[in-house]
Amino acid sequence: MQKLVLLGDEAIAQAAIDAGISGIYAYPGTPSTEITEYVQHSKEAKQKGIRSNWSSNEKTAYESALGMSYTGKRTMVCMKHVGLNVAADAFVNSAITGANGGMIVVAADDPSMHSSQNEQDSRILSKFAFIPVLEPVNQQEAYDMVHYGFDISEKYKIPVMLRITTRLAHSRAGVQRKDSREQNEISLPKNLTQFVLLPAIARKQYKVLLEKQVPLEAESETSGFNKYFEGENKKLGIIASGIGYNYLMENYVDSKCSHPVLKISQYPLPHKLIQKIAKECDELLILEEGFPLIEEMLKGYLNVGLKIQGRLSGEVPRDGELNPNIVARSLGLTDTIGNPIPSLVTPRPPSLCAGCPHIDSYLDLNAVLAEYTPGRVFADIGCYTLGALPPYNSVNSCVDMGASITMAKGASDAGLRPAVAVIGDSTFTHSGITGLLDCVNDKTPVTIFILDNATTGMTGGQTSAAMGRLEDIVKGLGVEEEHINILNPMRRYHEENMKVIQDELNYEGVSVIIPRRECIQTIGKHKKEAKAKEEAK
Amino acid sequence: MKKDIILAGVGGQGILSIATVIGVAAVNLGLHLKQAEVHGMSQRGGDVQSHLRLSDKEVMSDLIPFGKADMIISVEPMESLRYLPYLSKEGWIIANSKPFINFSNYPPIENVINEIKAQHHNVVLDADKIARESGSLRSANMVILGAASPFLDIAFENLEESIRFIFGKKGEDIVNVNLKALNAGRDFAVDVVK
Repeated sequence: MQKLVLLGDEAIAQAAIDAGISGIYAYPGTPSTEITEYVQHSKEAKQKGIRSNWSSNEKTAYESALGMSYTGKRTMVCMKHVGLNVAADAFVNSAITGANGGMIVVAADDPSMHSSQNEQDSRILSKFAFIPVLEPVNQQEAYDMVHYGFDISEKYKIPVMLRITTRLAHSRAGVQRKDSREQNEISLPKNLTQFVLLPAIARKQYKVLLEKQVPLEAESETSGFNKYFEGENKKLGIIASGIGYNYLMENYVDSKCSHPVLKISQYPLPHKLIQKIAKECDELLILEEGFPLIEEMLKGYLNVGLKIQGRLSGEVPRDGELNPNIVARSLGLTDTIGNPIPSLVTPRPPSLCAGCPHIDSYLDLNAVLAEYTPGRVFADIGCYTLGALPPYNSVNSCVDMGASITMAKGASDAGLRPAVAVIGDSTFTHSGITGLLDCVNDKTPVTIFILDNATTGMTGGQTSAAMGRLEDIVKGLGVEEEHINILNPMRRYHEENMKVIQDELNYEGVSVIIPRRECIQTIGKHKKEAKAKEEAK
Repeated sequence: MKKDIILAGVGGQGILSIATVIGVAAVNLGLHLKQAEVHGMSQRGGDVQSHLRLSDKEVMSDLIPFGKADMIISVEPMESLRYLPYLSKEGWIIANSKPFINFSNYPPIENVINEIKAQHHNVVLDADKIARESGSLRSANMVILGAASPFLDIAFENLEESIRFIFGKKGEDIVNVNLKALNAGRDFAVDVVK
């Protein structure tokens, strides 16, 4: 079979196509976005009729995937770590319903928060939900694990998590493909109450879930993804999970590691393998890309057993991603470093692009708000969060998808006037609609800016679910028509826009302002596409 | 054979095309490769880097260890210095001298250039100017790649072949502009190193 050079994300997508999925569901989120994009652009996926449009959010994506699994077909759902919080209700309960057709949920974690608001570890949520986890160390293993993941998902009738981190998601390497599998035919669950979580059924189903843990652990012992490497120096044994294993082995490219090493890539943890290394070695070092999950489990609360080193004991930093040097230091190996960064090197943080419509929106808003005390703008997640940085300093919060509207509501309820929310068009359809409904029901005095750049900008310009329908959605929720204003965020309309904003800030009710201008990044792309289409005619 | 390369620049400057050209050549030569990229928020005008690792053995880490990079290839002068902790004592810096200024307190450019030239092995060139002379400003990244080519341990013909393969779809003119830029960059570096 063909060998391809693929990003970790792309390897997962190609594997899903090859393993016979009928649909993939996702909302864009770094570092998971490229999985679904790859399927969307794949000719093969198109020929096979694989469904791949973006979902409104991770919860709708997850539930749609679960519905596809219900019919007996294979499916994948992808999200970033914080997206799993949005889908958590469905995620946790899907373990109890179980799956029918194979179902893989890809959770892409972002340790060191390269493009996220936290560095939570999805393995913790999977343990909470009793869902098995596969954690690949490289692109080939990611590819292979998708095939295997569908096998165990169908064999044990349970969704399987594929947990990756930024460095695997966004790193390329050679990947050897396997033979393609046909998609499943529709075949509904034998037990048609399997998915009905009424208490009486849920209690039974929950016991079934608990019982599944035994064979799932046996899989972890024998599948080969968890692997024991012998070593003669038993003073220290090393347990390395996920890409922590790569960073460990990077320190031994020119020599052999003398310590016993247990590579962990599959959960529930393999008891026998862990016991073997614990029994053989005087001390253990745990290397995990993420939270100290294994370390905490092995250590227990009292920490009276074997000496265990890792993120909790301080040999490895408590937060942030690992790298080969951190691992070298934790092993007492020689550290390496080049020359220091000269002092003249200045930070170059990301910024709004030249010509970005959000710049004009913020300049309009800042000018009007200059008359008030600062600290009244609740923002959301997207490119416009960069408005928190100089020179704009326009916004005062960024918490989670949709929190702008609801936090502005709470502040307004407390008496803050004016209270302003700033949210993007795509974030609004992701999780802002319900918050706006709360505002309408309460007639809360808030001024809500829905920045409509006609795309999901931060993740690279994916289609926005609101496209062309924002006013209708807002009107449908009950916002009064005279308090829905469309602005053109351009310098020449500055005075005009300021007047509208000022009037709406004074209004004691729900007001929605929609500054509308296409994203500067996608506008060029769209012009090019239109031209190509024209020429093709 | 082992080459660990840091590619540096600012989001949108095309460092990933450099990685692709080297990557295709490496794969054609049967080498192992890993290439870690930055996507997401930092791409919006922030500093971006890519770790490109080539070896005849399996590559383990997606990240290059500090002090172990053989080269820093940078399409922006100040950005080349940001990654010095990665560069080995014998490593090379290949950097564009033309700054990309998208913030207010960019340090004096002559100080930046002096810092680069203070490094043991360096090639500094105005890739924008050379690219313009070769026919297209947009191929400045290929000029930089050309300047790096004498130190890559990959035959120049393999890089040319890789450019033909990657840009072939865009037509003969685009291929030729990029090849010309690559050659101009190489000629500059060869003259400097002499």
